Amino acid sequence: MQHFDGNLLAGPLAEVFAFDPTTARARCNGCGAVAELATALVYRSGAGSVARCRGCGAVLLSLVEGDGRRFVNFTGTGAIEITTAGRDDA
Amino acid sequence: MSFITRGFTGRSRERDDRLPPGQTLVHDFPVLSAGPTPEVDTADWEFTIRTEHGGRRWSWDEFMQLEIEDVTTDIHCVTHWSKLGTNWRGVSLDTLFAEVETEYDYVMAHSYGGYTTNVPLEELLGGRAWVAFEFDGEPLDPEHGGPARLLVPHLYFWKSAKWVRGLELMPTDDPGFWEQNGYHLHGDPWKEERYW
Repeated sequence: MQHFDGNLLAGPLAEVFAFDPTTARARCNGCGAVAELATALVYRSGAGSVARCRGCGAVLLSLVEGDGRRFVNFTGTGAIEITTAGRDDA
Repeated sequence: MSFITRGFTGRSRERDDRLPPGQTLVHDFPVLSAGPTPEVDTADWEFTIRTEHGGRRWSWDEFMQLEIEDVTTDIHCVTHWSKLGTNWRGVSLDTLFAEVETEYDYVMAHSYGGYTTNVPLEELLGGRAWVAFEFDGEPLDPEHGGPARLLVPHLYFWKSAKWVRGLELMPTDDPGFWEQNGYHLHGDPWKEERYW
């Protein structure tokens, strides 16, 4: 099958990463629960923020800010569901 | 640039040369954590070193029978604070590794609660690292990593894993928790190895 380079994703991913993270729902890789990110338990310190699944406590994502950079790792997150209200492309 | 004298630096106060670059002295003990504080009873606590050959395990009582050292050292957090002359008691990793054989060069520290951090084995030896269970003459408070934490004071303090429960020897320097999430694989405060 033909493949393309990552530039092909520029358009759709730019839209995806503009989502509102508080209303997006994500699947926890630890227990499989699907919940809005706003319901996660966030542990915040000077080192960074770690969001954990409210159900099982597994790490969903981490956010580190420093040195003029941000590092985001959706390490324990499966698919993220982003509502595209008013845009039915199907 | 030895020809530049201190008078040309423009600093109103002399900087303590025990402070690595970018660090500020604090007198309290800030708490940083990536999750809830595990409550570990010493009756349930155990410490393991796992190698390619098997490993070694100590209960709390067995651990207390090992040679215990008093350690006074400076500590440096990657969030820019340092504490000078902190007092700890613990068991040197030289003592623990005297009973362990391995050909591997790297270590992953594992904690109760799931935290991990990676350190080269040679940086844990030579009187530079301990498993500490007392701070300032008192049992180590759970929020500071009690009952026992790793103490590797020559690296940024995220390497001094709180609630440590064991060390796993590795053939390669795989990243631990913060090291996967933006922080430096090594973490030398004198080189300001903060991030990737």
